[in-house]
Amino acid sequence: MRAIVTVIGKDRVGIIAGVCSILSEFHVNILDISQTVLQEYLTMVMLVDISACTLRFGDLANTLKERGEAEELSIRIQREDIFEAMHRI
Amino acid sequence: MINTGEILQTIEMIDQQHLDIRTITMGISLLDCVHPDIDVSCGKIYDKISRLAENLVRTGEDIESEFGIPIVNKRISVTPISLIAGSCESEDCVPFAQAMDRAAKNVGVNFIGGFSALVQKGFTVGDRKLIASIPRALAQTERVCSSVNVATTRAGINMDAVATMGRTIKEAAELTADSGGMACAKLVVFANAVEDNPFMAGAFHGEGEPECVINVGVSGPGVVHHAISALKGQPFDIIAETIKRTAFRVTRMGQLVAQEASRRLNVPFGIVDLSLAPTPAVGDSVAAILEDMGLSSVGAHGTTAALALLNDAVKKGGVMASSRVGGLSGAFIPVSEDAGMIAAVRRGALSIDKLEAMTCVCSVGLDMIAVPGDTPAETISAIIADEAAIGVINSKTTAVRIIPAPGKTVGDTVEFGGLLGSAPVMPVNTNDSSLFVARGGQIPAPLHSLKN
Repeated sequence: MRAIVTVIGKDRVGIIAGVCSILSEFHVNILDISQTVLQEYLTMVMLVDISACTLRFGDLANTLKERGEAEELSIRIQREDIFEAMHRI
Repeated sequence: MINTGEILQTIEMIDQQHLDIRTITMGISLLDCVHPDIDVSCGKIYDKISRLAENLVRTGEDIESEFGIPIVNKRISVTPISLIAGSCESEDCVPFAQAMDRAAKNVGVNFIGGFSALVQKGFTVGDRKLIASIPRALAQTERVCSSVNVATTRAGINMDAVATMGRTIKEAAELTADSGGMACAKLVVFANAVEDNPFMAGAFHGEGEPECVINVGVSGPGVVHHAISALKGQPFDIIAETIKRTAFRVTRMGQLVAQEASRRLNVPFGIVDLSLAPTPAVGDSVAAILEDMGLSSVGAHGTTAALALLNDAVKKGGVMASSRVGGLSGAFIPVSEDAGMIAAVRRGALSIDKLEAMTCVCSVGLDMIAVPGDTPAETISAIIADEAAIGVINSKTTAVRIIPAPGKTVGDTVEFGGLLGSAPVMPVNTNDSSLFVARGGQIPAPLHSLKN
């Protein structure tokens, strides 16, 4: 199953590394990354595969949210389907 | 792949514009729960609801967390209880409501609808018993909602039922006087009620429905408001197109959630109801959309036209996004649940008369309106008759959910809390309608040719 991870926050050294290490900790495979930095704000969008993830989806989402908040980042994960449904016919 | 802009747009809609799935409602048939002994029947009702809806709330929460879209309410609608009450030897129907309430609490849903009767052409024994029990049933339960259909385009208006419902509403208000007449917020009087409505308080599981079904109500006034507010000075063609596109996106989300819930619960998918249902949250207001179109306040001349455009464009956009559309589908205008409506009433810009006109072009009727506690039952019946006439003549659903707030008068506010919000008490026309209501009988079904 594929999902989208979005990370929004003030840009600084090590954000991508931090997020990637959380994902690898739970066996989430990163398929694609896109990022933009507008002024000092970073927006990163990742397409990931969670088929081999060791956590339930809800627990993974909570873990990302909590660890993100500790670093003053907004991190969320949502199944890819919702974006497909909304933006593709 | 979906591009970053689209992903961020979706997240912004959810985070900042209050986009949500308003309700996943499981419709459950109780027709196999009839029994002459009310205790046996209530036991069957409790068991059946508890069994079928056991996983409803958890499934809703799972979908919410995986898709990242809030699902505000998980609810249940059941077969109109008057059909069950008819076969029962007991006169009192309150135990049915108590069984529904217990089942609702057991499975964790916040409302259960279907303490209902359809009496557009007359009363059965079960209908009479049920309606007589409504005030006590609503006063003694927390989560049960009730509705009575008094008119249809095919049958006309049952004026005996209209008179009865005026008195029923007054009685319900008096029995819950200490909470501002709360029971009336859970009681809807319909014309042309729909069988697959997922929204409370008017949801029930119609006779033509299958054994068990999942209906989904989407929302999103905040998203439409955001889209329209960026279009200052643009002509209406562009407004209509923008609303259609927005409604399409919102409804696609509802369709996805409905299919996913149906699959996980192994219950057939019924319909998506394309409604713009406001909440008291700032920015989640239907009134704000109408004001975006250039009205200084909802209630100003032009409001009805603005609402007509909105209602129609929501349907046009939503219909293509869902494989099955039903329910009420359109814009809701509940006064107490919409911060913009409340503000308009407080500044004297919005009256019951204007709201009545608005109900001619939107999906429901006079909804969540508080009136003075000393409003006579006959006046409430006459308000119901007017709304029913609008529905019957225009072949649309209309409804009245009105709260004659005990001890309150114009200028006071009734607090219901949560999604039900707070209602400023509005003045009604104080001229007497009692001789009109006392006539009883049936207003015949209208002719459907020679339309003008």
